[in-house]
Amino acid sequence: MSTERAAKLIQGTTGGWEVVVGLEVHCQVLSNAKLFSGAATAFGADPNSQVSFVDAAMPGMLPVINKFCVEQAVRTGLGLKAQINLRSVFDRKNYFYADLPAGYQISQYKNPIVGEGEVLIDLPGGEVARVGIERLHLEQDAGKSIHDQHPDHSFVDLNRAGIALMEIVTKPDMRSAEEASLFLRKLRAIVRYLGTCDGNMEEGSMRADVNVSVRKPGTPFNTRCEIKNMNSMRFIVQAIEYESRRQIDVLESGGTIAQQTLLFDTKTGETRPMRSKEEAHDYRYFPDPDLLPLEFEQSWVDEIAASLPELPDAKKDRFMAMGLNAYDALVLVAEKETAEYFEAMLAAGVDAKSAANWLNNEYFGRLNKAGLSVTEGPVSAAANAEIIKMVGENIISGKIAKDVLDIVWAEGGDPRAIVETRGLKQVTDTGAIEKAVDAVIAANPDKVEAAKLKPAMAGWFVGQVMKATGGKANPGTVNALIKARLGLPD
Amino acid sequence: MSDLTELTLAEARDAIASKKVSSRELTQGFLKAMEEARVLNAYITETPEIALAMADASDKRIAAGEARPMEGLPVGIKDLYCTKGVKTTAASKIIADYVPQYESTVSQNLWDNGAVMLGKLSCDEFAMGSSNETSAFGPVISPWRAKGSTAQLVPGGSSGGSSCAVAARLALGATASDTGGSIRTPAAVTGTTGIKPTYGRCSRYGIVAFASSLDQAGPISSTVRDCAIMLKAMASVDPKDSTSVDIPVPDYEAGLEGGVKGLRIGIPKEYRLEGTAPEITAIWEKGVEWLKAQGAEIVDISLPHTKYALPTYYIIAPAECSSNLARYDGVRYGHRAADPKDLIDLYERSRGEGFGAEVRRRILIGTYVLSAGYYDAYYLRAQKVRALIARDFTEAYKKCDVILTPATPAPAFAIGEKVADPITMYLYDVFTVTVNLAGLPSLVVPAGVNDAGLPLGLQLIGKAFDEATLFRAGRALEIAAEFKAKPEKWWRG
Repeated sequence: MSTERAAKLIQGTTGGWEVVVGLEVHCQVLSNAKLFSGAATAFGADPNSQVSFVDAAMPGMLPVINKFCVEQAVRTGLGLKAQINLRSVFDRKNYFYADLPAGYQISQYKNPIVGEGEVLIDLPGGEVARVGIERLHLEQDAGKSIHDQHPDHSFVDLNRAGIALMEIVTKPDMRSAEEASLFLRKLRAIVRYLGTCDGNMEEGSMRADVNVSVRKPGTPFNTRCEIKNMNSMRFIVQAIEYESRRQIDVLESGGTIAQQTLLFDTKTGETRPMRSKEEAHDYRYFPDPDLLPLEFEQSWVDEIAASLPELPDAKKDRFMAMGLNAYDALVLVAEKETAEYFEAMLAAGVDAKSAANWLNNEYFGRLNKAGLSVTEGPVSAAANAEIIKMVGENIISGKIAKDVLDIVWAEGGDPRAIVETRGLKQVTDTGAIEKAVDAVIAANPDKVEAAKLKPAMAGWFVGQVMKATGGKANPGTVNALIKARLGLPD
Repeated sequence: MSDLTELTLAEARDAIASKKVSSRELTQGFLKAMEEARVLNAYITETPEIALAMADASDKRIAAGEARPMEGLPVGIKDLYCTKGVKTTAASKIIADYVPQYESTVSQNLWDNGAVMLGKLSCDEFAMGSSNETSAFGPVISPWRAKGSTAQLVPGGSSGGSSCAVAARLALGATASDTGGSIRTPAAVTGTTGIKPTYGRCSRYGIVAFASSLDQAGPISSTVRDCAIMLKAMASVDPKDSTSVDIPVPDYEAGLEGGVKGLRIGIPKEYRLEGTAPEITAIWEKGVEWLKAQGAEIVDISLPHTKYALPTYYIIAPAECSSNLARYDGVRYGHRAADPKDLIDLYERSRGEGFGAEVRRRILIGTYVLSAGYYDAYYLRAQKVRALIARDFTEAYKKCDVILTPATPAPAFAIGEKVADPITMYLYDVFTVTVNLAGLPSLVVPAGVNDAGLPLGLQLIGKAFDEATLFRAGRALEIAAEFKAKPEKWWRG
């Protein structure tokens, strides 16, 4: 469990290159109110309808820390197994921009609320890699500048201004675009489990700045470039792949990498440097004199720690202890909702293995095909649990179970009632089954002879009986009867 | 009663309480005086309609027996305090037409205590100045003139509108604010009384910020008692200001006459500065004698880092102001340059046109001291020195209860005299800035006049949140000084 996993090198003309990736992820804190004002934070509201005097930086307005946002940051820090700093400081990051009303962003510079921690990522092939967390700090978001509404005016929407963000900075511990993507998925899962960020990249509640460099394996880090403001997992992968290839080409043709800030062009799939004006900032950080240092007690941290939900890693271990294999367990814990769905089935009395198999083999496939998430799917955990239970109780066969699922999917309803009213119940009346068995044997004397020579032929008889009974006969009973009739050993 | 405006705030309160005078009569008296005194330029905005409406409401409450501690008492508000629906300019062109939709906590506290608003008082632009000459609305002229002279003098700054209004009887009292001496310097040079309370005593919410870690609201009024009444009404902890402090506000007036017997008065040797006017040194010595005569114990103390206070102040205050004033960018409110060609042009011209020279100078200084490569040498170092200055006081207060010093190095100077030389202007704050750096309370009381008949003030510095002792000592000085001088009302023609 280390970063010294098998290197995935990119081949250049001079041999293999290792990609080094570090991320700065901005997670919007799940909170009804902004970091330093009481204004609301809902996404999609009318422009400038969620702006307080503080957010608009009216004269004489002062920030007041929202304790809930602090709690969310602490909770996230604990989820990242990180050092929680009982004393941290808010600083002003000064720069002018139209959507930054105060002319400074309140952030944490030298003394963040959360220090070092770690996130484990599961690599394909079963290896687990550790990505170090450098820090997490709280800061305000800026507003939004809108440039495409008018030929020579820009508009500013301050709804977002002042919303609390957690900036999570990793160590340069990722070694491929895939690992960066796995890390982001894992981080997203963690904050969603914690309820500290909704992880919605499309709405911008999770965005990342991606630091990329390349090096020959075993050599020191090279100069990195930072790709700003990425909000799609797919584009992050593309950007890292493009940028690492670009850097390799530069280095192999004898050039050097200049440390710079880049933007990823989603149309061309290329990175390009930001205009120098966009990055030539001296932020003149200094402690915000309107705010006291942020201080709290360890006992408060302990309280939050005690209320932490089970996180993906622990859940995965627990699921595996119930008999699931690593793959199934990973699939089930990857999304909080999936795990919750699975656990609801367990709570309904289904054993873990059956539930996992059923979900992975049947239900998730149908969801994927329909493009639905587990919360959007039409079949409840309770209904799925009932279907599996009926198989276990020999009320229906596995085959009928799939049919029942299709019916519930299409029409809804209670699975047990469906089985009852549509006559899907397995036939356990041995008399009826015997009749069917005898009929099949009588109709196929040649096959009876063949079966005596080749006992595997019994399966054919079973199939015929099942067919004749519309799949409702208990396959075990059918099998036993046929063997008895044909004089085959059990 | 002959001239109601000659009453002190406490006298007016008592006259109203005993129904000798109504708030309306009192208010009308001040509104008339304000009209006659417009040449002094104390008010940027007069609010007669609001004043009379508030006065009438007060008279109703008084009639109903529901009077509050400042019921019906007309006061002026420094134009740094945001007042809901009333233009608030910070004496700057950049927000010359700004009308806040909210009320500062301190002014709200005054209204909740029954006070009546006469209008908004001028000050130095964004409170940056010591003479009230940097206001975009022109300098405020002191009601005082040197004997035999018609030369216009400064009323001190930055709260020059406040000191002028109180000295010229254009308000019973006035709110002011003090970042490096902006309450105390004006009080000292106009024969008025002013207190800068402990940092955190009054909320800063709704007061246009200059330097957040130094700014503190306080009153200027005629007497120590008046200030005690006003501060009690203004002070409060405020959930909207994280730096306000939740320590009960005592009834300052009740403890006023306690005397100074046994009180240890510290005299800091570092405040004997070369260049201090002889009459200032003389009044300081007199002050020592007065307190001694009333039973105080005089103690020599040392505040060794005093000499670093001004340079420290002129790093920290501009640094904070450079950031605090970034919001005045022409984007959301305030002055916006015509036809900007792009965002940078919009910023440069809006701010260049909107801010006056002194404000621009301080923004530049502040931006410089916070810049990469200079931060450690200037800002960080200044913060360390600031801690040493605060420690000086902690050490001194092991030996004394209150410190007595001069308030200004010289009496009022003429308008225009120091404008061209900012350093000389900054030196005028030499006795006051240390107090802001240490966050302590400090009271200035009038102590006498010089040969030219111009008022001289003395400064008392107290322990944190011990304004009560400060008022008590100030009252003792007031009793001994018997300051009776008043400016002649030459502006009445």
